[in-house]
Amino acid sequence: MRKIFVTGFLISLISGSNLFARVELLGAGATFPYPLYSKMFDVYYKAYGVKVNYQSIGSGGGIRQIRERTVDFGASDAFLSDEEMKKFSSPIVHIPITAGAVVLTYNIPGNPELKLTPEIIVDIFLGKIKKWNDEKIKRINPDINLPDFDIVVVHRSDGSGTTFIFTDYLSKVSKEWKQKVGRGKSINWPLGLGGKGNEGVSALVRQIPGAIGYVELAYAIQNKMPYAIIKNKSGNFIKPSPESVSLAADIDLPDDMRISLTDTEAEFGYPISGFTWIIVYKDLSKAGISYEKAKELVKLLWWMTHEGQKYCKPLHYAPLSKKTLKKTEKVIKSIVYKGKKLLE
Amino acid sequence: MKTDKIFKGILWISGFFLFFIFLLIFISLFKGSFLSIKSFGIGFLFSKEWNPVAEKFGMLPFLAGTLITSVIALLISLPFSLSIALFLGEYFKTGFISKFLSYTTDLLAGIPSVIYGFWGLYLLVPLIRKLEMKLHVTPYGVGILTASLVLAVMIIPYASSIAREIIKLVPRDLIEAGYSLGATRYEVIKKIIIPYSASGIFAGILLSFGRAFGETMAVTMVIGNFNFLPKSIFSPANTMASVIANEFTEAVKDIHLSSLIHIGLWLFIITFLINFIGNIVIKKFKINERITG
Amino acid sequence: MKELQVKILKDKIFKIVVISLSLISVIPLFVILFQIFKNGIKAINFDFFISLPKPPGEQGGGILNALIGTILLLIIALIFSVPPGIITGIFIAEIRNKFTDFLRDFVNVLQGLPSIVMGILAYLWVVKPMGHFSALSGGIALSLMMLPLVIKSTEETLKMLPFSLKEASYALGANYTSTVLKVLIPASISGIFSGILIGVSRIAGETAPLLFTAFGNPFVNVNPLKPVESLPLLIFKYAMSPYENWQRIAWGASLVLILMVLFLNIFTNIIIEKWKKS
Repeated sequence: MRKIFVTGFLISLISGSNLFARVELLGAGATFPYPLYSKMFDVYYKAYGVKVNYQSIGSGGGIRQIRERTVDFGASDAFLSDEEMKKFSSPIVHIPITAGAVVLTYNIPGNPELKLTPEIIVDIFLGKIKKWNDEKIKRINPDINLPDFDIVVVHRSDGSGTTFIFTDYLSKVSKEWKQKVGRGKSINWPLGLGGKGNEGVSALVRQIPGAIGYVELAYAIQNKMPYAIIKNKSGNFIKPSPESVSLAADIDLPDDMRISLTDTEAEFGYPISGFTWIIVYKDLSKAGISYEKAKELVKLLWWMTHEGQKYCKPLHYAPLSKKTLKKTEKVIKSIVYKGKKLLE
Repeated sequence: MKTDKIFKGILWISGFFLFFIFLLIFISLFKGSFLSIKSFGIGFLFSKEWNPVAEKFGMLPFLAGTLITSVIALLISLPFSLSIALFLGEYFKTGFISKFLSYTTDLLAGIPSVIYGFWGLYLLVPLIRKLEMKLHVTPYGVGILTASLVLAVMIIPYASSIAREIIKLVPRDLIEAGYSLGATRYEVIKKIIIPYSASGIFAGILLSFGRAFGETMAVTMVIGNFNFLPKSIFSPANTMASVIANEFTEAVKDIHLSSLIHIGLWLFIITFLINFIGNIVIKKFKINERITG
Repeated sequence: MKELQVKILKDKIFKIVVISLSLISVIPLFVILFQIFKNGIKAINFDFFISLPKPPGEQGGGILNALIGTILLLIIALIFSVPPGIITGIFIAEIRNKFTDFLRDFVNVLQGLPSIVMGILAYLWVVKPMGHFSALSGGIALSLMMLPLVIKSTEETLKMLPFSLKEASYALGANYTSTVLKVLIPASISGIFSGILIGVSRIAGETAPLLFTAFGNPFVNVNPLKPVESLPLLIFKYAMSPYENWQRIAWGASLVLILMVLFLNIFTNIIIEKWKKS
């Protein structure tokens, strides 16, 4: 008697979970857009009943997991190189969702708004400038009482797209950085503590007096942390915001959507901006997912790039420009399932 | 009779199954590390460079981090563990206070590792940070010292329960003989109990070391995630277990993942050896006691 | 005379040292429990248990996904560790030869393996072949940790049974199989059960094996083939995050976890006391 009851319970539990759940999607990757994505997926679930389980494990993780097809989509703020793309069993596409700012956040008494130049940033992260009240920092922030603290550098310990954007910028503005360290998702940092994800870096900077780290703008704002105004290529000191990022992002993207926005030519554009992409297989039948799931995935991508865009600005991300959106639509429409188009 | 044959057969199969699992563990870890073993060989243990970009991997920073934190944790915890063992084994064998201490020690052992890490992160790290600021050292807060302290608290109950087991086995008549000769409790402990149980206590130390060696979560949360050889006790670092926890899901390159599994293989081998030797010493000690005691 | 006084002084000092160090050792326990209680109680209300976590930056939210996930993982771990564990325990207790001696040593060693290695194994054995993360792989990783505990408690309980029990069963004409299954095992059930409870309280708090197996899930999931959240995983993620709301939830979850472990501990002790009496 008990056996029948238990078996019946288990069967109803398992089938119940499939009955009520429609398609569920699994994604992993960048922490850069996580505040935006988690909001988007929360709204999407409430609107359409489709659960999207997104784990922010870093862009590197997202790329690995989508390559191994252990997830349905990957997310990364570092676009893949030609070499990296060859390692995939089947061609992939990059779909830009939003653009954001990599800001320099820090922890010094009073939380003042600091001005920083590319040279100073490079020297800090190379370990050449070791104290907050160094002459170079004082010179461009004459009104601020800089403390006699050691500068504690915090960087990412995981494979990070945010790191990619940041080091891409540093490589462009400093030959020394380009030679000594270079750009990448995981680099051999000359010094500093490693935080896991944008979350980890924010948490560390927030707690350690004298710390400085690079995080996406949303993280600094949500945690009420100060961030620097940075001198761009045109010589203007720009405050990171959706607007200044949009100015930097207002360029023509190549058809495959892979482009860097750092060290922008735009006169009032923020110099450390970057797109963040969702990466899926062009032919979703090669992704190891069902036709039904593939349809839902493409619907999700369309929603994220259209209706979902209204959540960008409130969360301090820059929505896609009209130019970019047109090209993005083309890419989404090109996604197929066994050759058959998924979106009309 | 037939059912008995079948039943015994099932028993033997399960025994072999267990043995098979052991082999499978070793083979899987070896297979997973193969790429790394092929590329770096035995030099992997002594190389201090962990560079995912240049694709050069070496285990030394993490081996150092693990060894340093485990040794410091052991040294700090030893007086406390021994005291608890003596307290419960000699001074207060029964009674309310005995039950109290033994129960609270069991509870300490039952607290999950992640909670130790959480506590360490929010309560110990700010204190260490204040200390570092006073000493004019970079106030990371996280690092070797913090990790060692958290580890020490975690292994106290483990070491003390082993020590208790060992001390219980010291033959009672030897101890009584000591007292009847007019020795104080201190002298009995110092000259009879400790020397007698020396090998057992050594094994206990070894096993506690093994426990600290493999501890993952609490350490990961307070060690600072720094992939270089630690330079001082205040330096952030990484242990073999914590680097795996931090980097496994994000290793993009195959050689990176393989190197992490390679570290896991060594972690397996080292803790296996430590536990194996420790258990054998304790077994020998127990057998000796049963024969002579 | 002086010698005697010195001897007595040393003895007294040593006693004070031993007592002090012993009592100091338990201070961390009370500090930890106090802090978790103080911070956790602020987070806990009815809503906490029945709602899902909120996106970062928003207030409120709860741990429903983690609670259900933990239960699911424990069930899977028990399924994979208890039946083989008991059978192997019987094997080691009943059959005495070199092979079983070696197995006994091996079980002790297996118990001491770092939990992160179990996570790697479950990733290689389950996640890779399956092609995705799942509660199943997390449960299997946990069962690897439960297995030695079940084996040992079965073996030790069986060894403690009086031999007369077996003799009486044979005398009544029962064969070996029935003796074991219908006499010995039922007599050891409390001991085995308490071993299982100890195991459960241990793996309920395990995080490392789940990092790359169960993976995490912001929604409730009872499907073993999909990723799932668990209490310790949630605590780990939220404790390391910068969001105050998430940190608050982590404290609350820690309180829940500690209470779980506490109750399991108390329950186990009660069972052991009862069994010892009989």
